[in-house]
Amino acid sequence: MDRAVIEGDPYRLIEGMAIAAYGIGASKAYVYLRAEYPLAIQRLKDAIEVAKTYGFVGNNILDSGFNLEIVIKKGAVAFVCGEETALIKSIEGKRGMPKPRPPYPAVSGLFDKPTIINNVESLANIPNIIREGAGWFNGVGTENSKGTKVFALSGNIANTGLVEVAMGTTLKEIIFEIGGGIPDGYKYKAVQIGGPSGGCIPESEIDIQIDYESLITVGAMMGSGGLVVMDENTCMVDVAKYFMGFIQSESCGKCIPCREGTRRMLEILERIASGKSNETELETLERFQSVLHMTDLATIIQDASLCGLGKSAPNPVLSTLRWFRHEYEEHIYERKCRAKVCKELLTFTIIEDKCTGCTLCAIQCPTDAILGSKKHPHYINFEKCIGCGTCLEVCNFDSINVE
Amino acid sequence: MNNNAINEVIEKYPSAKREYLIPMLQDVQEIQGFVSKDSVVMIGDHLKLPGAKIYGVATFYNQFRFNKPGQFHIQICRGTACHVKGSVNVLESIERALNIKVGQTSRDGLFSLEVVACLGACGLAPVISVNGEFYANVDNKKLFKILKNLRKEGGTK
Ligand SMILES: Cc1cc2nc3c(=O)[nH]c(=O)nc-3n(C[C@H](O)[C@H](O)[C@H](O)COP(=O)(O)O)c2cc1C
Ligand code: SF4
Ligand code: FES
Repeated sequence: MDRAVIEGDPYRLIEGMAIAAYGIGASKAYVYLRAEYPLAIQRLKDAIEVAKTYGFVGNNILDSGFNLEIVIKKGAVAFVCGEETALIKSIEGKRGMPKPRPPYPAVSGLFDKPTIINNVESLANIPNIIREGAGWFNGVGTENSKGTKVFALSGNIANTGLVEVAMGTTLKEIIFEIGGGIPDGYKYKAVQIGGPSGGCIPESEIDIQIDYESLITVGAMMGSGGLVVMDENTCMVDVAKYFMGFIQSESCGKCIPCREGTRRMLEILERIASGKSNETELETLERFQSVLHMTDLATIIQDASLCGLGKSAPNPVLSTLRWFRHEYEEHIYERKCRAKVCKELLTFTIIEDKCTGCTLCAIQCPTDAILGSKKHPHYINFEKCIGCGTCLEVCNFDSINVE
Repeated sequence: MNNNAINEVIEKYPSAKREYLIPMLQDVQEIQGFVSKDSVVMIGDHLKLPGAKIYGVATFYNQFRFNKPGQFHIQICRGTACHVKGSVNVLESIERALNIKVGQTSRDGLFSLEVVACLGACGLAPVISVNGEFYANVDNKKLFKILKNLRKEGGTK
């Protein structure tokens, strides 16, 4: 979303930054931008040059005696560098590890100077608010969440892309009216909102109004404004595992609850989703037990972590546990993944009546697990099958069954 | 290794301040495709920082690579949207097809593989990028075609 502002209308950001800098008396401003967005970097660079030639940036801006230098910093790809104090460290050329506050950046931030940090969307809103007045901005939105918000719609949805809606628009409207609903006739399952540390919103809550307060009541948050729509073919345990894996690898490692706690949580989730063959009784017991520990672990990570990354790290797990507990239970007790995502819980078989013996699957199978002779029904050797789903994908006769 | 290129990078940052460390590493990687040992030593001399400190910073960030990339550098997106659309399967297929793991370069020097978090093209998920060129809605079938074409292209060189 922020990238779209910078690529589409970088001057809005520059103007917002200039006003903000003037407001606090800062003479140097940094834009910290992901290195993966070269187009945004280029456009912003060009725009700053143009602004300079018109005297909107640089020395003695519009004869006001006020100077402002804007510097672009390419982030070196680390999620935690979105956290304020880590971001500062990163600009200083150090490892992006957060530090305890106070002192807050506003007192002692970049190079120990007072610093304020704002999001691109926030800054880009400033020029319009100043021009049109606060009443104009407050005219849209809800009691406590004013204005509009841009969301990035993606996942299992007909229309992907950016949408700008008034605060308070319902999730249902965004998904089924603006987003055009779920493609291929599948059913809506959940939407994941707020980035890796956000939460999921199930079908029962789909009439929720999107604003800061309402989201918190369902265990989600606004965060980055990413809306990933998931249909019934998505496994919520797998989603939780995915986010935990991401957070675990992005934890900077400074504090133990975050570094070790996320790792333990990931292990528990992996165990829930892992294979059924040759598990000893002790391991089964551990699998059952570990789930009981998960909420304790989550509370400790939330309470004892230093920065926002750790504090919000358990969110995806807590949120899926809250709304999709039955899916966890199915995985744990019945060893079943209803969405057919957790590979190790699936069994692939060939339906004899349908198989024509075309040998295509046997050729494509990466582990040579499919046996049989030409023009006769084939069969799958379970010991060798890794559940990759290649046969399912290549079969032209719908003869692969998955359970 | 072309040390002149590294010197050119260093000359771009005459005031040897710590805050230029990351930009310098980024510039070096842009030119060489990775951060070589030589470049770390040379940057260290310039900024008066021990190599260990530089590696400490460089390895913290996901951006930096320390192996020479293959002729075709494949980046596979493992962002949320791509995950929901099945990017795990694509990743596993690539690893199997090329017989390399993430972060490695194939023995013939043709392919290297890197995982990235969100390429910023979520509407086209799952996405992979080869030397910066994007491929959208990748499934196994599409992937095998892409790899086959790349192999052909690489072989003729
Ligand atoms: C782990 C983590 C990652 C973050 N990533 C971003 C980010 O990518 N972009 C962003 O604008 N803010 C990010 N933030 C929030 C910022 O630290 C900061 O609070 C915010 O940009 C303040 O701006 P605002 O008050 O204008 O919203 C992140 C916070 C945390 C804890
Ligand atoms: S909570 Fe996690 S990411 Fe934040 S400082 Fe601690 S270890 Fe680092
Ligand atoms: S999640 Fe893959 S491009 Fe965004």
